[in-house]
Amino acid sequence: MANEVLHDITNSEYRHGFETLVNQEFFPKGLNEDIVRMISERKQEPQWLLEFRLEAFRKWQKMKMPTWAHLRIPEIDYQDIIYFAAPKKPKTEEEIDPELIKTFDKLGIPLDERKALSGMAVDAVFDSVSVKTTFRESLAEKGIIFCSFSEAVRDYPELVRKYLASVVPVGDNFFSALNSAVFSDGSFCYIPKGVRCPMELSSYFRINARGTGQFERTLIVADEGSYVSYLEGCTAPQRDENQLHAAVVEIVVMADAEVKYSTVQNWYPGDSEGRGGIFNFVTKRGICKGNNSRLFWTQVETGSAITWKYPSTILKGDNSVSEFYSVAVTNHHQQADTGTKMIHLGKNTRSRIISKGISAGRSENSYRGLVRVARNAENARNYSQCDSLLLGDRCGAHTFPFIQSDNPSAIIEHEATTSKISEDQLFYCRQRGISEENAVGLIVNGYAKEVINQLPMEFAVEAQKLLQVSLEGSVG
Amino acid sequence: MLTIKDLHASIGDKEILKGINLTVNPGEVHAIMGPNGSGKSTLSAVLAGKETFTVTSGEVKFQGEDLLALAPEERSWRGIFLGFQYPIEIPGVTNVNFMKTALNEHRKHQGLPPITAAEFLKLMRQKMEIVEMDHSFSSRGVNVGFSGGEKKRNEIFQMAMLEPKLAILDETDSGLDVDALRIVATGVNKLKRPDNATVVITHYQRLLDYIVPDVVHILYKGRIIKTAGKELALEVEQRGYDWLIKEL
Repeated sequence: MANEVLHDITNSEYRHGFETLVNQEFFPKGLNEDIVRMISERKQEPQWLLEFRLEAFRKWQKMKMPTWAHLRIPEIDYQDIIYFAAPKKPKTEEEIDPELIKTFDKLGIPLDERKALSGMAVDAVFDSVSVKTTFRESLAEKGIIFCSFSEAVRDYPELVRKYLASVVPVGDNFFSALNSAVFSDGSFCYIPKGVRCPMELSSYFRINARGTGQFERTLIVADEGSYVSYLEGCTAPQRDENQLHAAVVEIVVMADAEVKYSTVQNWYPGDSEGRGGIFNFVTKRGICKGNNSRLFWTQVETGSAITWKYPSTILKGDNSVSEFYSVAVTNHHQQADTGTKMIHLGKNTRSRIISKGISAGRSENSYRGLVRVARNAENARNYSQCDSLLLGDRCGAHTFPFIQSDNPSAIIEHEATTSKISEDQLFYCRQRGISEENAVGLIVNGYAKEVINQLPMEFAVEAQKLLQVSLEGSVG
Repeated sequence: MLTIKDLHASIGDKEILKGINLTVNPGEVHAIMGPNGSGKSTLSAVLAGKETFTVTSGEVKFQGEDLLALAPEERSWRGIFLGFQYPIEIPGVTNVNFMKTALNEHRKHQGLPPITAAEFLKLMRQKMEIVEMDHSFSSRGVNVGFSGGEKKRNEIFQMAMLEPKLAILDETDSGLDVDALRIVATGVNKLKRPDNATVVITHYQRLLDYIVPDVVHILYKGRIIKTAGKELALEVEQRGYDWLIKEL
C-alpha cells in the first residue's frame, strides 16, 4: 500500500557514461615491485620517491582491507587491475590529442582557456595522467603553483618531499598505503604567504580505460595568510565491471590561511540492478597547522557503487576552525559509508559537521563520524547535525557518531533526524501541478540546501540538477 | 463544467462513495454538507486524483474530458484545485520556490515561458494581500510552523496564484477562529468569476454566511440524499441531519 502513490519514473541514463577512443598505453595487469618501479621510472621520478613507493608497497602487502564499514564489498582481486593507463602522446611534445579535448568539452570542462568558465583554472586528469592544467602562467605571476602532481615532483621536489604523507601517513590505512605505492597523477597546489588565489582551482578526474584503477594524489599547501577555493569533479564511463578508485588528498593550512575544498563526486554508480560502478575508497585529510587557520569541506556525493570516504581535519593550531558539509545520495544498489573526523588538538578550536544522507531504492547510506577532543584542547567546540532522508521503504540509513573528549571544557553537540518523503507531500505537490519527478527534486534540494549553498555558484547549480537526476526512478 | 455520474470509490475493500451524481456549472458555488464519515473528503480526494482510493465504477467529466484518466498534476494543469483540510508541511522548500515551481509547470503546460523573477514577486505580493498574509511567509518552508489559520490562508493564497477553474475546498473552515474565517471566505469571494466554480465542503453553516452557495447537497453514507438551495444549509444548522436521514 505504502508505495502505491509513488509510481515509477523512467530511469534516466548516467549522462557521463561515454567512452573515449584514444590510443592508450597500458602497463601489464597486476601489482608487484616491478610495476611500482615501472610507474616511477615512467614518470622519471627521483630515487627518494621510488623508495617512498616501495616502502608503501611493502607496508600494503602486510595490510588487510578494512571491514568495519557498513558496506558489503565484493572481493577485489588486486592482481586483476591495470595500475597505469595513459593516452599516448601525439607527434609533438606539447600537443594534446583532439579526442581528449573533445572528451573534456563534452564533460563541460573546456581545456581551452578562452572557453573556460570564468574564474576557474582546471587540472584535467585522464586515467593515470594529467592532460592539461589551465591558467598556470597567469597564476604563476602571483607565485601560485598549480600543476599536475608529476610536474610538481619534477619542478618543485623539495616542496613535494616536505609535505607528501605529512597529513596522511603511508600506513594510515590499506588504501592510503596502496595509493602511496602506485599513485599516478593528480594535482599539486601551493599558495604563497599572504596571497589570495584569484581563481577557483579545480581538478577533474576522468576514468576512461577498461580494467584500470585510478590512484590520484592531490596535495594542497596554503601558506600563512593565504586563501584558496578548490573544487574537484569526477566521472567515468558506464560499464558492467567495477573499477577501483583509491585517492589520497592532503591539505596543509598554515597560520591565518583558509582553504575551501569542494567535491562533486559523480562516478558511475552502476545500473539499476547494481551491475558495474566505481569502488571509491578515498582518504582525504587536512591539517589546520597554524593558529587561526580554517579548512572547509563541502561534498556532494551522488556517484560510485561503493563510497568509503571520510574527509577529516586535524585542528592543531589554536583557534583553528573546520567545517564539513556533506550530501550523500544513494539510489538503486549503491552503498555509501561516509562522514568526517574532527580531531581537536589546539585550544579554542571549533568544528561543525552538517551531514545530509539521502537513500532511495535498495541502497544503504551511512554516516560515520568522529569528534575527538585531546587533553590540551581547551574550550574546543563541536556541533554536529546528521540528517537522513528516506525515499521508499527498501533502503537503509545509518548513523555511527563517535565522540571522545579528554578535556572537560569541551562543548560537543550532536543532533540527528530521520525523515521520509511522504506520499502526502508528493500528492500535495502534484495537486499544485508539480510533477512527481520535480516534486522529489524540489523536496530533496530543499533538504540539502544548507550544504549546496556552500558550493561555488556554478557548481551549486550543477549539484542541484545532479541530485534530481540521481534520484530519478527512485520512487516506486 | 463538472459532471459526476454514479461514482463509486473504495479504500481497500471498503466502499465509501456509493453512487455520486453531481453537476457543477461555471459561475456556481456548491456546498456539500454531511455528518462525519459520509464521504465528503473522499469525494474531494477522488476528484483531485489521490491514488489511495480506487474508483470502482462511474464517470467524471471535466470540461468534456475524462478526469479519472488523468494524473493529479494533469488535473491541476486543467484547472482543478483542492484546498486541503490538513495542508501538508514541506520542510526546506520555501513558499516562494514551491509556488514558482507550481506556477511555471502550469505555464509550461499552457505553452508559456517561465515567469520572470520580478513578475513573480509582484504577482505573489498581490495575491498575498487577498488573504492578508504577511510577506515573511514567502521565505518560510511550505506550511512549516504555520498555525491552523495560517495554513488555510496559505491554501487560498495558492488558489489565487493558480487561478483554478474549479476549486474544491475541503473543510477550509475547520480550526479557524472568526477573524481567520472571515479573511479566508473573503479571499474565496474575491476570486469568484463567472467562468469558474467552487465546491465548498463543510460541516457548518457559518462558512456559508460568507461564501453563499447556489446549491447545497447533503452527503450521507456515500450518496447525495438531498439537493436544494442555500436555505437547506440553514435548516441543517437548526435541525441537524436526523430528519433528512429519517426521510430516506
